[in-house]
Amino acid sequence: MSEGTHASPPLLEVKDLVRHFPVRSSGVVRRTIGQVRAVDGVTFTVHEGSSLGLVGESGCGKSTTGRVITRLLDPTSGSVTFDGRDIATLSQKQMRDVRRDIQIIFQDPYTSLNPRHTVGSIVGAPLEVHDIVPRNEVLTRVQELLERVGLNPEHYNRYPSEFSGGQRQRIGIARALALNPKLIVADEPVSALDVSIQAQVINLMEELKRDLGIAFLFIAHDLAIVRHFCPEIAVMYLGKIVEIGPREWVYDQPHHPYTQALLSAVPDIKQAALGGRRGRIKLEGDVPSPINPPSGCRFRTRCWKAQDICAQEEPPLLQISPGHQAACHFAEPMDQALESAGALGTRGTITSN
Amino acid sequence: MTDVTSSPATAEASRTDATGPFLVVEDLTVKFPTADGLVHAVTDLSYTLELGRTLGIVGESGSGKSVSSMALLGLHDERRTQMSGSIRLDGTEIIGLNDARMRTIRGRVAAMIFQDALSALHPFYSVGSQIAEAYRAHHDVSSKVARNRVVEMLERVGIPQAGSRADNYPHQFSGGMRQRAMIAMSLVNDPKLLIADEPTTALDVTVQAQILDLLQDLQKEFGSAVIIITHDLGVVAEMADDVLVMYGGRAVEYGSCKELLTHPEMPYTWGLLSSVPEVGGDVDRPLVPIPGTPPSLLTPPPGCPFEPRCRFKHELPADLCRNELPLLRPGGRGPGHLKRCHLEDPERSMARVEAEVLAEVKGHEGATSDV
Repeated sequence: MSEGTHASPPLLEVKDLVRHFPVRSSGVVRRTIGQVRAVDGVTFTVHEGSSLGLVGESGCGKSTTGRVITRLLDPTSGSVTFDGRDIATLSQKQMRDVRRDIQIIFQDPYTSLNPRHTVGSIVGAPLEVHDIVPRNEVLTRVQELLERVGLNPEHYNRYPSEFSGGQRQRIGIARALALNPKLIVADEPVSALDVSIQAQVINLMEELKRDLGIAFLFIAHDLAIVRHFCPEIAVMYLGKIVEIGPREWVYDQPHHPYTQALLSAVPDIKQAALGGRRGRIKLEGDVPSPINPPSGCRFRTRCWKAQDICAQEEPPLLQISPGHQAACHFAEPMDQALESAGALGTRGTITSN
Repeated sequence: MTDVTSSPATAEASRTDATGPFLVVEDLTVKFPTADGLVHAVTDLSYTLELGRTLGIVGESGSGKSVSSMALLGLHDERRTQMSGSIRLDGTEIIGLNDARMRTIRGRVAAMIFQDALSALHPFYSVGSQIAEAYRAHHDVSSKVARNRVVEMLERVGIPQAGSRADNYPHQFSGGMRQRAMIAMSLVNDPKLLIADEPTTALDVTVQAQILDLLQDLQKEFGSAVIIITHDLGVVAEMADDVLVMYGGRAVEYGSCKELLTHPEMPYTWGLLSSVPEVGGDVDRPLVPIPGTPPSLLTPPPGCPFEPRCRFKHELPADLCRNELPLLRPGGRGPGHLKRCHLEDPERSMARVEAEVLAEVKGHEGATSDV
């Protein structure tokens, strides 16, 4: 685990990344009448062998970020530097080499594997496309990969439908591993799996991180799993990073009101079982539309601390402590936030019983 | 069948002899004949539930938690389902009830909140008209009265501008609002039993917190019985009074929420608890997954359903777990806590210690196993 200071340049450096999707009018002409600002200026780095967790609620732009980095989507602007090379503007042809080093694991193990292909051809496809293993050795390599992810190598000629959800996700992981990538973008890799199976897949990815030194960009909405897997965390809201830093800071000393509300909303088994409950900051309403995000701070419409300045000025990411940044005009530690949320009472309330 | 003597139903009965519990499920068995053979979805399930109480049913996909709850509302097609046992809801036997009688109960006495509100609501009709339809099915009132009731309910579940929002279609609602509308629809007839099947699984955590709070408030207000079906132990911990853990179509552990989560007795429950990380937990505590996959319900094993995945079967005489189904019975933690496991208490405490040691060791090896 590489926490704290990094001497070497980062493996992945994302700077001011923007991805907008045009909204077109209906009718023949289909004029562009607006932009969905899915990702709107995101900056972060991932170091070799480390992993960054990207958390946030649906629609916050975390998956779009993952897809732009893998160039499944093209960025609107901004730069993505991978291994010292800006890949944001490479052509699809130039991207080919880079794709060896950046692979993706998808959320849904049912739709991300072609049902008409055998496991062998799914896992072997990247090997053939990139022509890195002689044809007659593809099968051996496929079997090695299947064994690596805990599947029976004899099963290479079976179809995805013959496997359970957890096993299918292992197939997806084997496919991602085929080219010995340096970075894997894992987009909600376990959220479609049962809890007892989730742990199996997380442990497998942890092994890969440790044994093969693969860096992960781990995208998920499950805060507990992200905390378990990633030493560095970035919290996104409406296309922006609102808080970023080492997990000890983001989880134990969150300073952005959104992070605080998010963490306080997670049910805690131990505390609930013992009869108590932490103070909970209740947010009202839903995430606003990313077509017309609120002016200034995007969180202000749901924030109990919002004042005039929040509508006028967008808060920049400010340093709370080394490596830990939060984008809020009124950043304060959790206990004070719980107090202010309770004291103000109008938008946020503390519940404790 | 051997379970009857020590089922949750009878264990609870001692407490509630006077009037009898509101809901009694006894030896409920649901099987579906399929092309591959008979699927034993639920086997010999028994439990009771009182008004004002919340039962959490926990289990993984295929554990029978949803199938058993759909049976409470008579939602299984009789022609394609083999059902036996008994479900008594407020004194009425549900199994074998004819359609006409069932319709007077469904939505009126017992209602359900489904997981996916988008597919549970009809896209062609406005939200208000769907809720009004549910109301008028049980109340002979004018459309105007029904409309007022709809707006009242939408307001109660926290939909802003309920008057105009009632005319919106489901796609115009956000995910959280659709789930609120579903809750409004299920509560419009003041049901005494509310079944919430994974009510927050499709929602984000901040919205989930809103919906869970709403459900708790509504239960306090209406004094109804609630069954909450979920795979999320955190949700159960916050919502439930009692918890029923299901595995392979059977109840494997039952007890009060606090008791069960602090002193779980069944190795499957241990496995569930140790395979989820906690937001406030120790990051270096490794996750200990349950090896293997859930059993096929086509050919359920004759012994303990969890035996193939259990780490502790070797503690017991050879093949006992494989061949003999353990009873759901109380152990050393008192009569209210039932578990289905052959391990006796001394062996159990040894096994628990071992489970914890195993967790430590596993962390350093980081080993995983599957298949």
